[in-house]
Amino acid sequence: MTEQISSTEQKLIVEMRGIVKRFPGVLANDHVDFKLLHGEIHGLLGENGAGKSTLMNVLAGLYRQEAGTILVNGAPKIFSSPRDAINAGIGMVHQHFMLVPSQTVTENVLLGLDEPRFIMNLPEYDSKIAALGEEFGLKVDPRAKVWQLSVGEQQRVEILKMLYRGVDVLIMDEPTAVLAPQEIEGLFDTLRAMIAQGKSVIFISHKLQEVSAIADRVSVLRKGVATASGVASKGVSRQELARLMVGRDIIFALDKKHCQPGDVVLDVRDIYAENDKGLPALRGLSLNVRAGEIVGVAGVAGNGQSELSQVISGMRQCKQGQVLLGGDTVSNHSTLFGIQHGMAYVPEDRNHVGSAPNLSITDNIIMKKYRKSPILKNGLLDMKAATKLANELKQAYDIIVPNVSTRVRLLSGGNLQRVILAREISGLPSFMVAVQPTRGLDVGAIEGVHRLLLTQREAGAAVLLVSEELEELLSLCDRVYVIYEGKIMGEIMIKGEGQDEALVDTIGQMMTGTPLDQIQKEGVVANG
Amino acid sequence: MDFTVILQAGIASGTVLLFATIGELFSERAGVLNLGVEGMMLIGAMSAFSTTIATGNPWLGVLVAMLFAGLISQIHAFIVITLQADQVVSGLSLTFLGAGISLVLGEGLSKAGTVALLPDFSIPLLTLIPIIGKIFFTNQSVLVYVGYLLVPLSWYYINRTRPGLHLRAVGEYPSAADALGINVFRMRYFYVFVGGMLAGLAGATISLAVSPGWFSELTTGGQGWIAIGLVIFAQWDPFRAAVGAYAFGALRRLILDIQGPLVLLGFANPFYYNPYLGFFLQMLPYLFTVVVLVIGSREAMRKRIGAPAALGNPYVRGERGK
Repeated sequence: MTEQISSTEQKLIVEMRGIVKRFPGVLANDHVDFKLLHGEIHGLLGENGAGKSTLMNVLAGLYRQEAGTILVNGAPKIFSSPRDAINAGIGMVHQHFMLVPSQTVTENVLLGLDEPRFIMNLPEYDSKIAALGEEFGLKVDPRAKVWQLSVGEQQRVEILKMLYRGVDVLIMDEPTAVLAPQEIEGLFDTLRAMIAQGKSVIFISHKLQEVSAIADRVSVLRKGVATASGVASKGVSRQELARLMVGRDIIFALDKKHCQPGDVVLDVRDIYAENDKGLPALRGLSLNVRAGEIVGVAGVAGNGQSELSQVISGMRQCKQGQVLLGGDTVSNHSTLFGIQHGMAYVPEDRNHVGSAPNLSITDNIIMKKYRKSPILKNGLLDMKAATKLANELKQAYDIIVPNVSTRVRLLSGGNLQRVILAREISGLPSFMVAVQPTRGLDVGAIEGVHRLLLTQREAGAAVLLVSEELEELLSLCDRVYVIYEGKIMGEIMIKGEGQDEALVDTIGQMMTGTPLDQIQKEGVVANG
Repeated sequence: MDFTVILQAGIASGTVLLFATIGELFSERAGVLNLGVEGMMLIGAMSAFSTTIATGNPWLGVLVAMLFAGLISQIHAFIVITLQADQVVSGLSLTFLGAGISLVLGEGLSKAGTVALLPDFSIPLLTLIPIIGKIFFTNQSVLVYVGYLLVPLSWYYINRTRPGLHLRAVGEYPSAADALGINVFRMRYFYVFVGGMLAGLAGATISLAVSPGWFSELTTGGQGWIAIGLVIFAQWDPFRAAVGAYAFGALRRLILDIQGPLVLLGFANPFYYNPYLGFFLQMLPYLFTVVVLVIGSREAMRKRIGAPAALGNPYVRGERGK
């Protein structure tokens, strides 16, 4: 019996009919139909906020739909909790992992189960879980504590958790967002192994090329409505899918002008720093950024990127080494000191660090300007001048709100990021560090942020861009450093347009801990 | 001064702290800070004593003390779990409420005279161990032995059983527990109740065993606050809690006893001749509590010493991430 199961004969395992789900002010799912076949990998595409995760959270029992029915193997089901969904054979791996960091892998897998009843014989379960991992190519030490694991390993634990509960349908919410390229390959192998064992997978993503690479069939959501359901991924082009997602053509290439880099503006020299837990996060890290270039920091999340940006911006002390900005030491000084030396900072957490959520757009805009005229007049704030400035920036940066007295917590991610960028860029910085500036934004907003960063570069500012999106780094940066466990694994020049497979592969190896010189040495050996 | 006698009394006095500390430890492991320990201990001490006077049965007194204090703790549970109010404010109010209730209901109890107390006994054979036998196993109250058992049992329960696993998950990452079908709210109510019962037991230990009687709010004398400090000192581990509780119990006894003799180590005893020095010594455990609480409330330090990550945060369903 080889190759005799054609797609028409494949059995329907999950059917969602006319699902409606509302959140205050948003219709997240508007009569969405979704069909999952037995033994397929089904890609669910859509921009951020299109309603993909909402739809799947309904299927996983986390949300309750307002209308519509769910059928599993033809029988209607009502899920009032994730437990119900798991009992019906449907499990979900969330984007934010639901793991208890202080517990071991085995303990996390056993959490919430009725078995064992009271006393846990952990070694026995350790070996069970190791065997299960072996079967699906999910290598992870069952006795390790979750906080010790890399993000990729934590994801494997999440998958193991669901497999241990015997689910037939696994929903993966944006699983590749946190992984290095090699780890993505490993994940795809695991998913294929699951299909081979008769399970089905729903793969949520906003990345076209991934969905084309792994999925058998694709469904697309746009603004809560299904614009395509269950089309074979082979018969549809990337452009077509993009149009279904966004509703218009998007330009994949950015207009990057040639810039001649100037003098070194930021010089990070051999810094050591600790994270919040008091463990070493940066271990002898050095890098530099010159005027008129964008330099990227690539790496899997949690390898010291946050700490690096905090040390540079003055929000974290470093134990050793120094950060020079235009020749002056700014490390272990106040953030104000850095700002006065021309530093702009676009932090990772735009809701709490980048802005004060309950203050107005105006208040957020003047946060770095209130010490000087025209905002400061006779020792008092000139709110008229502040409002005028805010309105000018609102125009210039395309911030879409009725007026500038709106509290920023009410803004969408894209608008909020524009407010932050407006504040930072309008101070005419000589150097800017931006951490994940496009995370969680939709395609249009990402384009806007990218254009602003390129404008900074053309204006002769030095930009350090920390990102987990390799594609973003490759298209924007002139050079990319790869960070791993608080050390720089190497520096790569980005030459021209387009992604070089070999380049991505090299960066991927560096992201998992192989220094560049070692890769080059081995490359020479392999070639010679 | 015979140090083994002081330590022997110190163990008994430390048992009070032990029960209160372990109780608070359970509550905090589930993510609920309950600053009302002092109030619940007063409730326990008063109701244990008063029940024993009325019925002549100290065991009944212990039972009532645990139930009454457990009941009072559920007020805190309702306010912080269901109404999601600030745990510090609610806990402080519970202290005042507990003190108030016990003072009103305990009116006149201090003149009630003597009651039947819980039995003291020695453990055969174990008393023969030099020094240790004298300190730990000779003429101790039955509750002291209960304390010895409670420590390893608590550790085993938290670290090696299924409900213990769930308890830790609820205090560390409640949304992960919730996603797997654990009822976070019910678990938290339950462990706040456990904490209340053990605080009540701590109160009963004072009024029926260690220093029998009812002396209004002086009965507990701030030991509830020391227990809260000890939980942080213990880094939420029962064995470390036991070390802390017994050490502080011994210290309390030592501070009391050191003021008695006229001559200390061959010199005129300064603590006897200058009572202010004695007051200074008596202050030390509370000073320690203040220092530990300050350290324990620093966010960075809390991560470092392993505080339950969700401690102090109400759980709201549907809030993503941390």
